[in-house]
Amino acid sequence: MRSVVHASFTITRRWKASPVRVFAAFADQKKKDLWFGGGSDWTPVSRSFDFRVGGKENGSGRWKTGVVSHFDATYLDIVDDERIIYSYVMHLDDRKISVSQACIELTPDGEGTKFVLTEYGDFLDGYDDAGSREHGTSWLMDNLEKSLET
Amino acid sequence: MLEYSLDKTFAALSDPARRAIVEQLTLGPASVSELARPLPMSLPAAMLHLKVLEDAGLVSSAKVGRVRTCTVNPAMLSQAEAWVADRRAMWERNLDRLGAFLDATADET
Repeated sequence: MRSVVHASFTITRRWKASPVRVFAAFADQKKKDLWFGGGSDWTPVSRSFDFRVGGKENGSGRWKTGVVSHFDATYLDIVDDERIIYSYVMHLDDRKISVSQACIELTPDGEGTKFVLTEYGDFLDGYDDAGSREHGTSWLMDNLEKSLET
Repeated sequence: MLEYSLDKTFAALSDPARRAIVEQLTLGPASVSELARPLPMSLPAAMLHLKVLEDAGLVSSAKVGRVRTCTVNPAMLSQAEAWVADRRAMWERNLDRLGAFLDATADET
């Protein structure tokens, strides 16, 4: 069944690292590959990286469950050491599950960095259990589901 | 508002004692003293944690006679919230790794 849910959220972090170093962790593919992706439960299957306004990035990988997730982004705005905005589409196998825009703002915070991520998303065609487990939904969600079933 | 309630949800679940309370409640309703018993804290301290969970909408309670019974509130995790919680969890894990990477390379220029 077709549906769209609109939602946004914000995550704030503070790091000792300077904005220059935090920015580099997004701008340099070698650095980004060390932290971005699905972690140990996720095996990369394809990757491309073109960090400039209008450039595209892809990261696809297979989860332990066998499902392949695809992250496909287009960079919309880049201000060195300050701001990155990109839109991205997420697929699970061939299902398009979301279209989002992510805005990353880096502000000096003493010697370190205040990091603010704001994501606006259109989440498509209903919540999918497989997708949720795919991304390692927390014990809470799992337990809540169980409690709803009983 | 969605964002507001999610912030409260995540803040409420940032504490291990509160996660233990929610976890126990997913098994079924429980009285305040039943919830407090396994926790390494006084009853009043446990009641403060319950209040945070209630304010976040994760837990409801009702007093029957002298016993206050608590139940988990799964309805507050609507479809949109489930989506956002999922996407947010993905970011949180990535950012944990980014933070670790930044710490590990702190000496590099």
